[in-house]
Amino acid sequence: MQHDNLVEIEDVAFDYGARPVLKGINLTAKRGQVIAIMGSSGCGKTTLLRLIGGQIKPCQGAVRVAGESLGELNQAGLYRLRRNMGMLFQFGALFTDMTVFDNVAFQLREHSDLPEDAIRDMVLMKLHAVGLRGAAHLMPAELSGGMARRVALARAIALDPQLVMYDEPFAGLDPISLGITGNLIRRLTDTLGLTSILVTHDVHESLKIVDYVYFVSEGVIVAEGTADDIRESDLSYVHQFVHGEAEGPVTFHYPAAPYVEDLRLGRQSA
Amino acid sequence: MLKESIARVGNRTLQGVGRIGFAVRFFVAIMLHSGTAFRRFGLTIREMYFSGVQSLVIILVSGLFVGMVLGLQGYETLQTYGSEDALGILVAMSLVRELGPVVAALLFASRAGSAITAEIGLMKATEQLSAMEMMAVDPIARVVAPRFWAGVISMPLLAALFSAMGIFGGYLVGVQLIGVDEGSFWSQMQSAVDFERDILNGVIKSVVFGIAITTIALFEGYDAPPTAEGVSGATTRTVVTSSLTVLALDFVLTAFMFRGLS
Repeated sequence: MQHDNLVEIEDVAFDYGARPVLKGINLTAKRGQVIAIMGSSGCGKTTLLRLIGGQIKPCQGAVRVAGESLGELNQAGLYRLRRNMGMLFQFGALFTDMTVFDNVAFQLREHSDLPEDAIRDMVLMKLHAVGLRGAAHLMPAELSGGMARRVALARAIALDPQLVMYDEPFAGLDPISLGITGNLIRRLTDTLGLTSILVTHDVHESLKIVDYVYFVSEGVIVAEGTADDIRESDLSYVHQFVHGEAEGPVTFHYPAAPYVEDLRLGRQSA
Repeated sequence: MLKESIARVGNRTLQGVGRIGFAVRFFVAIMLHSGTAFRRFGLTIREMYFSGVQSLVIILVSGLFVGMVLGLQGYETLQTYGSEDALGILVAMSLVRELGPVVAALLFASRAGSAITAEIGLMKATEQLSAMEMMAVDPIARVVAPRFWAGVISMPLLAALFSAMGIFGGYLVGVQLIGVDEGSFWSQMQSAVDFERDILNGVIKSVVFGIAITTIALFEGYDAPPTAEGVSGATTRTVVTSSLTVLALDFVLTAFMFRGLS
C-alpha cells in the first residue's frame, strides 16, 4: 500500500538526559515534496533527522516512515528501511580511505551482488547527475567543501532511495556552490521522484526550492506553511528569522543573572 | 571536603567499572558480528596489511637489536661460569618464551594500536560511522571486526618474526663477533627448546596479547568523544592501557604456563 505521506511524526518528544530537546512535534512529508525544517542553531533540527533515520528513538510519540513505525523495528527491520533512505551529512562524511568512485559504489557493493561492470555504469551515472563524473578517481581530501557535498549527495542517492535527508546542505558554501546545491536538490527530487527533507537555517536559499516549511523553536513547531506563507508571515519569530533581525523573540543574550549583579555594581566595598 | 573527595573516588570507580562493562559488551558485539570479516576475507587481509605488514620494519629492527644485546649480556654472565656454549639456549629461551611475545606486543600497541584508535576515532568524529549506519551497513561488522581479526592474526606472526630476528642477532654477536662455537650454539638451542612448552606457549601468549590490544584500541576509538582532544586522549589511553594490560597478562600467563616446570 502506498502511503501519501512518506514520513509522519506524531507528538514526538525527545530529551538528552535532563535537557529536553523536542517537546511534542507533529510533522508530515508528502511523497515528491521538498520539506524544510528551519530554526536557529541548537533547536533540535538535527535531532529530528536522527529520529527519522532511526538512529535514536523518541521518548514519546511515533515516527513513521512509509507506514512503518520506527520504534517497533529491530535492527534488521531498521536496516531494511534504511536502504530506502539516503542521508547527506553536514560535511559529507565521505569515507576518507576510498576514492570518490568507491564512496558512491559503497552501498551497491555492500547490498547487491551486481557485477563490477554494472556498478561502474551506475556510479558514473550518479556522479554525472551531480556533475562530478570527471572527479571519480579523486580522494575526498582533494575535493572542495562543495564538491564533497555533491559526492555525498551522489552516494546518498546511489540505491535510488525514496527519502533523502540533508543536514545543513548549505552550510559553509560559496554563493555559486550554494545555488548549484539548491538546484540539485530540487532537480533530483523531481526527476527521481524522491522526497527530500532539509534541515537548514539558510532561509533565502531554501525558500527558493522548498514546497513546505516547518519552523522549530525551543522544541516545538512555531510556524509552518508554503514558501510564500513564510515570506509573508507576520509571526514575530518567523519575521525575525527570515529578515535576520538581532532583536525579537529570540534574544541575543544567553540567559544569565542580572548584569548589574554579575558586575557587582552598587555593592558596598568592605 | 572529605565528603567531596570520597564522592569523587566513588564516581571515578563507577565510571571505570561502567567502561569495562561497555568494553565487554563491545567485545561480545565484535564476536557476534565477525561473519563479514571471514566471509569477505579481503577486508581482513587489507587491515592485516595496515597493522601487520606496516609494523614489520619496527618489529624486525627491534628484534635484531634486542637479540644482539642478549648475545652480549648473556655472554658476559655465562662466561663467568664457563658455560658460554649455552648462549644459544639463553637467547632462544628468553625470546621465544618472553621477549618475543611481550616486546612485539608493546611495539604493536604503540605502532598499530594507536593508529587503529586514531582512525576509528576520526571516522566517528567525521560522522563516517553514522553515515555507514544510515546506509544500512553495520560499522561493527564492516569496520571493527576485520581490524580485530587482522590484529589477532598478525600479532603471533609478528612475535615469531621478532624472535627469529632476535635469535639471528644473538648469533651475529655471540658467534660471529665474540666467537662462541657455532655448533654448540645451534645444537644446544635445538635440544633445549621444546616445541610445546616453549614455542607453543609463546604463540598462545601473543594471540592473547593480540586480542587484548586490538580490543582496547578499537574500543577506545569507538568510544572516543568526537573532538580533537577526545581522539588524542583516546590514542594515548590505548598505548598506556594496552601496554599495562600486556605486562599484567604476561605475568598471569607465565604463572600458569611455567609454574612447576624445571
